[in-house]
Amino acid sequence: MNEVRHLLISPGPHLWRGLSVSKIMYLVVIALLFPTGAAIYFFGHHALSVIGVSIGAAVLTEYICKRLRGKVFTMDGSAVVTGLLLALVLPPMIPLWMVALGAIFAIAIAKEAFGGLGHNIFNPALAARAFMSMSFTLEMTTWVAPTGFSADAVTMATPLGEGFIWTAGRPSLYQAMFFGNTAGSLGETSALFILIGGFFLIGRGLINWRIPAIYIGTVSLIALAMGQDPLFHILAGGLMIGAFFMATDYVTSPLTNRGKIVFAVALGTLTMLIRRFGGMPEGVCYSILFMNAMVPLIDRYIKIRPYGLMERASAG
Amino acid sequence: MSIGLKKRNSSGGVKVPEHKLSEDIAIEEAPLPEKVVIPLQQNIGAPAQALVKRGDRVLTGQKVADSDKYVSAPVHATLSGEVSGTTMVVNPPTGQLVEALVIAADGNDEWVECKVPKNPESLSVKEMLELIREAGVVGMGGAAFPTHVKLSPPKDKKIDTVILNGCECEPYVTSDHRVMLEYGEEVLSGLNIIKKVLSPQNTYIAIEDNKQDAIDHLEKLIHDRGLQNDMKVIPLKAKYPMGAEKTLIKTILDREVPIGGLPMDVGTVIQNVSTAKAIHDAVFMGKPLVERVITVTGAVRSPKNLLTRFGTPIRFLIEYCGGMSEMANTIILGGPMMGIAQFDLDFPAVKGTNSILIKTEEPVKEQDCISCGMCIEACPMRLMPTLLARHAKEGLYEECKSNYYIDDCFECGSCTYTCPANIPIVQYIKVAKKELAKKAASK
Repeated sequence: MNEVRHLLISPGPHLWRGLSVSKIMYLVVIALLFPTGAAIYFFGHHALSVIGVSIGAAVLTEYICKRLRGKVFTMDGSAVVTGLLLALVLPPMIPLWMVALGAIFAIAIAKEAFGGLGHNIFNPALAARAFMSMSFTLEMTTWVAPTGFSADAVTMATPLGEGFIWTAGRPSLYQAMFFGNTAGSLGETSALFILIGGFFLIGRGLINWRIPAIYIGTVSLIALAMGQDPLFHILAGGLMIGAFFMATDYVTSPLTNRGKIVFAVALGTLTMLIRRFGGMPEGVCYSILFMNAMVPLIDRYIKIRPYGLMERASAG
Repeated sequence: MSIGLKKRNSSGGVKVPEHKLSEDIAIEEAPLPEKVVIPLQQNIGAPAQALVKRGDRVLTGQKVADSDKYVSAPVHATLSGEVSGTTMVVNPPTGQLVEALVIAADGNDEWVECKVPKNPESLSVKEMLELIREAGVVGMGGAAFPTHVKLSPPKDKKIDTVILNGCECEPYVTSDHRVMLEYGEEVLSGLNIIKKVLSPQNTYIAIEDNKQDAIDHLEKLIHDRGLQNDMKVIPLKAKYPMGAEKTLIKTILDREVPIGGLPMDVGTVIQNVSTAKAIHDAVFMGKPLVERVITVTGAVRSPKNLLTRFGTPIRFLIEYCGGMSEMANTIILGGPMMGIAQFDLDFPAVKGTNSILIKTEEPVKEQDCISCGMCIEACPMRLMPTLLARHAKEGLYEECKSNYYIDDCFECGSCTYTCPANIPIVQYIKVAKKELAKKAASK
């Protein structure tokens, strides 16, 4: 009658939503397939090889690092996301060994050296991009026209690289920048496909709308205040992919909604300051990296009032 | 904020799958076991001392333990028979070992004579509270706080609102739902007694909108008895943890209980629907609390809502429901969100047991936090659960208290339910609270 049964004494709750870290990572990969598709359409086999090398090197590096650190390697998808994101912010003609070196830097230095997923301070893909920009300045600023699989590469300047003399009224340029038919990093040129991927993540409740909306909003307001064309600043460069896929990285962005708002406003301001007054045409990558470093401070000092706390906590 | 919106929502919380397997299954009387194990303390407060000894014959409903402390509740025999010995069991609300009486049933279920008050309508507040205490009524929503104490707020706490809690936001559990449907008259009568004791201006019955039949039934009863001006049913959006006291007060009254405070600090008393029925039985029938409706559900052959005598071993109830599935390995007292996994199938059902849930679980592996912030979105108290867990893990308990308001947490488990990294956040918080309490006690 009294059968023996081994009971599991686990702490509650005894119900789980079922959304695991690796499921989130693969949903991000699905979202990234939209800008990835655009990259392949516009830049052909260059895109395919850069993406392949970047993801392959990232996953392999993660495997080796985990082994060296005596940890268990799991295909949780985070290395795939990092590899893919890195590929999407590189110029199409970048030599493949440089891509591999960048991916190794992203995983081994920016992520695993800090303790692995969840412990990194900087967005690994952007940290690698910054590393590559400094090491391979020429290759990282050589842009080509979007000619797909058909023709040989023809160099072409990016819209931002042409300078800020932009005034008004070239609908064909807006159109090219919206669909992605322009020079730039592999995955940054097509605002449309970034938006589709971004809205997929927002719709699934995986990223918070506040960071991209407020980041982009701040950029356009400051552009207006500076007397520049806000639409141009939104569509040009890496703002769209940065706002939707880089600044929203969980690990390197603030925890609370209030923190996210502060983070996004600061990102927009820094981006415009670099674009307008800095020595480089683009400021998205460095803005995000700089603000990544501020996240622990933001999480520490920008808090929400908990339920039932009557007096306001004293400042600081 | 005006009352009467069709559906009310709360901030934070999570949408959980309902799994209310037994919601349409009528309450059934569980058969009487051959022996019952009656813990002498089944509530928060002082333990009761045994009034009987080994070898004594006791009757069903006979008081077998009591305490002269104010915050305590007497315990009654739930079967007639002989006291065959004592044992030690865990008291679920406090987690401490307490003494329990073992009563061997004689099979007759012979009751003590219940002193039915002659004219219950004209009892004074004091007399009603005395009847409630003598019947051993405690809060049946889980915390098992003695009801007569909760109904006697200090003079300086003016109670303007009574909320009867029929939310039952835990998945699987359907005992309160069935009590509202099948004992609606008694529940409303119990609520009327609570009203007489506290004389609030407003009385609400809070029910989640996934129990439309209970909402309709109680509204009809209120209408039929002409009580529309006395009490009002408030349908609430089905969302976990809607039925938590602090969430209910925020959602219905837009008030916040201060951290570390009680609902009465904001003029509110909340009682569970099953407690209201027990209050009715005590005051109108002089009947002590010896049984309650318990949902037996999950991986059992036929889930049921069983009117169960306290002290019945959970093994007996599970077997009555056709036994559990081959693979089942987890026995939870309470719902899946806040219930506690048991290590002993012979553990007795007690006053705070609203459900016995059988599940098949696999151990999960905790991963590193990826700072997704989903726990913060889910927290109904607007806390930062992941930071509480991180600090607790490092032993920084003081930090948990001073900087992250750990005392605000009522351990609903929404954070852990939603965590992609399987971090047992609530468990870390519980450990931190225990350590803080230890430190406070040693000072």
